[in-house]
Amino acid sequence: MTEPTPVAAPRRASLAPAAPAHLSADMVARARDLIALYPEPRSALVPLCHLAQEQDGWLTPEAMVDIAGLVGVTPGEVLGTASFYDMLHTEPVGRYVVAVCTNIACLLGGAAELLEHAETSLGVGAGGTTTDGVITLEEAECLADCDRAPCVQVNHRYVGAQTPGSFDQLVADLRSGARDADIPSHGTLVRVRRTTGIEADPAAVAEERRVEAEARAAREAAADGGAS
Amino acid sequence: MAVTDPPKIVTSRMGHDDSHTLERYLATGGYEGLRAALGRTPEAVAAEVDAASLLGRGGAGFPAGRKWSMLRKSPVTYLVVNGDESEPATFKDHLLVERDPHQLIEGVVIAAYALQVTRVFIFLRGEFALGLERVQAALNDAYAHGAVGRDIFGSGFSVDVVVHPGAGAYICGEETALLESLEGKRGFPRIKPPYFPAAIGLYGAPTVVNNVETMSNLPWIMTNGGAAFAALGGGRSTGTRLFALAGHVANPGVFELEMVKTTFDDLINAPVLGGGIPHGRGLKAFIPGGVSAPWFGPEQLDLPLGQDEVAEAGSMLGSGSVVVMDDHTCAVRAAWRITKFFSRESCGQCTPCREGSGWLERIMERIERGEGREEDLDLLMDACDNISPGVAWPPQQTTICVLGPSIPSSISSAITMFRDEFLVHIKEGGCPYE
Repeated sequence: MTEPTPVAAPRRASLAPAAPAHLSADMVARARDLIALYPEPRSALVPLCHLAQEQDGWLTPEAMVDIAGLVGVTPGEVLGTASFYDMLHTEPVGRYVVAVCTNIACLLGGAAELLEHAETSLGVGAGGTTTDGVITLEEAECLADCDRAPCVQVNHRYVGAQTPGSFDQLVADLRSGARDADIPSHGTLVRVRRTTGIEADPAAVAEERRVEAEARAAREAAADGGAS
Repeated sequence: MAVTDPPKIVTSRMGHDDSHTLERYLATGGYEGLRAALGRTPEAVAAEVDAASLLGRGGAGFPAGRKWSMLRKSPVTYLVVNGDESEPATFKDHLLVERDPHQLIEGVVIAAYALQVTRVFIFLRGEFALGLERVQAALNDAYAHGAVGRDIFGSGFSVDVVVHPGAGAYICGEETALLESLEGKRGFPRIKPPYFPAAIGLYGAPTVVNNVETMSNLPWIMTNGGAAFAALGGGRSTGTRLFALAGHVANPGVFELEMVKTTFDDLINAPVLGGGIPHGRGLKAFIPGGVSAPWFGPEQLDLPLGQDEVAEAGSMLGSGSVVVMDDHTCAVRAAWRITKFFSRESCGQCTPCREGSGWLERIMERIERGEGREEDLDLLMDACDNISPGVAWPPQQTTICVLGPSIPSSISSAITMFRDEFLVHIKEGGCPYE
């Protein structure tokens, strides 16, 4: 009789985050600059999702793994958070996301008819992407440009009130690249970079974080005590 | 009532194409309010804002000075600016962040000094791509100018301001949801109590959350004094306020008006303001303060634009947006679209809101489509009652935040004011306006 071969314990995946593998070095550097602006790294989660969309056009699973490592959460937590927000696309979208607002002020200005025209002329329903992958059409909630109804945004840039005729011209201009200067491809949200880091006294900031950490530990201890 | 000509407190630079630049800002008295504030004690600055009786401009109308005074003493406190403007037909903060970002930043630094906080987050709606760029560019210039950062204007006071982009969720305008979002989480409103982030806010630290327009008033108050501000308007509604006018008017837009002195009739019909309803049509109804507000009809046109005055009449001034519907508007369709909005934007935490909004939206949609049933009107009101018992105003609360109890307003308004229209939809099997 031979001794039974001991069954190897299942290998525990390392909890230490892997180095970013998908985001470019430039993006990772920008991500770290953003993280440094917040007392808690997780606060940078949404801004980092925007950065990932700037690189890829949408929020890829690979990018979410990198973001998780950068801010110290699991990839599942990144997805769970990102999926809450309309602007974070966890599926591919077109180069241009065209959002037609149909909320109350725009509805009164003919938005339902405009959306219907857009669906017909683009050949996709709201939420769909044209077969050439250029345009994703969305029915949007109020975009806060109600004096120019019906309001349309392309990649979150306002393009003013639209009629069916002007909408077709807009689409033609997008396809031809005529709007490239003022409308970057989807994912690029803010083209102005912050030029300063945190300037307040570093000692004060360190003290601030120490006090915060202590207070948090005390709260967690109190919560644990209450649970047991 | 009349359209008064008050000083332009927050829109003084809107006539300039370069209103967003530091050059224009400095040439028009920019950062003078901050210099005045830094020359006084933080307590004196807070007292000045108290004297102005500045009501928060986000929607709830809570006195800003009182909010500040509630900030719990703690080694770490934060100021967060709510620029997540998403209330339908509200587009005033959009104007302020794009057209006068330095005014916002100056107000923010004044508030930070009064509160003695060292870190401010300006949470801007993600869809404001240009606004985000303008505020970031202005902030970069303000740092270089010495108006933000370390030892501001040689005063010894230091504060960092960070622009934080949202990512598209109406609920993040609710201040505790905004804080959750700023912590990198889903925008779920927090359970109350505590009712105010001034007790437990960002990362659990005491936090003041103020609206963009509230902050934008501070430079003028510092330069001209709280008493001068309080001399404008009337009653509890002091100063001027931005009103966003949309829908069926000849001249929609954002107007800075003296509170209380101006009426809804002035706003909608005065030639220098809304310019009346086009195409020779009449007024059917208007929504006085965001889509959570009960609707008004022509009989309420003479009401003054004041917080308490509108509340006493059974609605709210809310976010300062006014939506005008002419007499060719289908009330069912309008109320359905508003309900659809709430259904899409419910965060899903609380059953009455999550389930109720979907029920209501589907029933409203089938009535509008012509497939409604006679009993649907009672069913609608019953579902409304389950979300907010009594369907009264102000609404009873059954949920963590006020989104849920806001849903019934448009439906109950439409049914109360235009019951016949619902019946025509049901009996004739279609929308009579199509």
